[in-house]
Amino acid sequence: MLFDKFKPMADFQAELAERNVAPFGAVTEKILSATEGVVQGHNVILAGTNNYLGLSFDPRCIKAAQDAATRWGTGTTGSRLANGSFVEHQALETEIAQFYGVDNAIVFSTGYTATMGMCATLAGPGDVILLDADSHASIYTGVKLSGAEIIRFKHSDPEDLAKRLRRLGDRAHQALIIAEGIYSMLGDVAPLREIAAVKREYGGYLFVDEAHSMGVMGATGRGAAQAAGIEADVDFFCGTFSKSLGAIGGFCVSRHAELAAIRFCIKSYIFTASSSPSIIASTREALRITAAEPELQTKLWDNCNRLYHGLKSMGLPVGPTASPVVAVTLEDRSRTIDCWKALMQAGVYVNLVIPPASPSTNFLLRNSVSAAHSSAQIDTIIAAYADLKAAGLITGTQAD
Amino acid sequence: MTDYLEYLNFLCSALESQNKNKLVLSEDTSLVADIGLSSLEVMEFIEKIEDHFDISIPLNILPDVNTIGDLATKVKQLNL
Ligand SMILES: Cc1ncc(COP(=O)(O)O)c(C=O)c1O
Repeated sequence: MLFDKFKPMADFQAELAERNVAPFGAVTEKILSATEGVVQGHNVILAGTNNYLGLSFDPRCIKAAQDAATRWGTGTTGSRLANGSFVEHQALETEIAQFYGVDNAIVFSTGYTATMGMCATLAGPGDVILLDADSHASIYTGVKLSGAEIIRFKHSDPEDLAKRLRRLGDRAHQALIIAEGIYSMLGDVAPLREIAAVKREYGGYLFVDEAHSMGVMGATGRGAAQAAGIEADVDFFCGTFSKSLGAIGGFCVSRHAELAAIRFCIKSYIFTASSSPSIIASTREALRITAAEPELQTKLWDNCNRLYHGLKSMGLPVGPTASPVVAVTLEDRSRTIDCWKALMQAGVYVNLVIPPASPSTNFLLRNSVSAAHSSAQIDTIIAAYADLKAAGLITGTQAD
Repeated sequence: MTDYLEYLNFLCSALESQNKNKLVLSEDTSLVADIGLSSLEVMEFIEKIEDHFDISIPLNILPDVNTIGDLATKVKQLNL
């Protein structure tokens, strides 16, 4: 039957309902600031967003959005290729290209459609794509649509990538290599310097999705490639406006002038309405702030280090390095759900992540850090985990 | 050149560690329906084969692979 395949999901939902817990799509009833809200009746610190710079509540971004809505109306009601290209969209394209120091940019309606659309379009039948095994769903969906030959390399393993490029022989020169900057679930940073070196040795085109690293890494906030000093090796950067920039939308920038022609071939760009002018306006302002106020990044990393070392020193199984995403890994599903619920009751909202969204068979309590968190809020989050440990819900250094 | 049976034998022995229910493996054994491999376990198995034969197995072949025999045929084609 058509619906049979949804039975396991329906059973899981029933189990959650029976346990009186709703971790997926928990409804936010009120937002009090970039870092506080009321979720499912609980006053919580928001430690499960991607609001890395806290700009979703910046008064300048809000004002820009309000003014644009007044001037342009609430929506464009059309595609960029039809009636939906306003001067605001064009201005953002110019500014995001400048931000990356390149000449070509495309702005998309979401990060997902940007990454998916580029991955679906850049390579086609007869081409070959090498993608990191832990790539985001938007990348997997895109490459599947491309019609190209799809080969995975082991997560963040440049040697495995090199091996696979070697196996391709001459075809390696045309291969599209796909990696991310910071990986969204565990917060690990891709070894882009080594990946770029492999690309230089074997050839190919390098595509980097900086969704979680833009605004977060690099001297001017361009992301992990900038931090690694290998931007010249990157052929295409993708990213999103929904995380550090606090709005919604996505982009691709490139030094290749061919992006102008590619634009007209991307279905997820052509056959969807363009972003509302208010979104574009707040994004432009957030981008300006990101470039002008590097102290936001400094504040973010102070908070990242505070949370990471706070949890690590307690013996909790966190990732290898401090990062704006600090994930606590657990092996037991039921236990993880209990922890999530206890954290909510303690006034801390985090993301509960289950396979296949988590990159292994493990379960995650995914904490994300914002520059807008106060030190006291970070300490409250750490204390909530200490209580979980004291209650025996989480144990020491091993995934429990 | 390795023939189909050699591939089949290798795949069956490589699968033993993931053969939780101790099924008797043959070319007709289904990786998911019979052995019960999760998508993650399928990928671990694919990596084992890739390392052994020094090949890359494109994800594109997976929709056509149901049984161990299907996979042996694909690996043989890739390793020609
Ligand atoms: C690596 C990566 N690419 C793309 C996206 C999609 O971005 P958005 O949520 O803005 O559509 C995300 C975030 O969910 C992501 O983590």
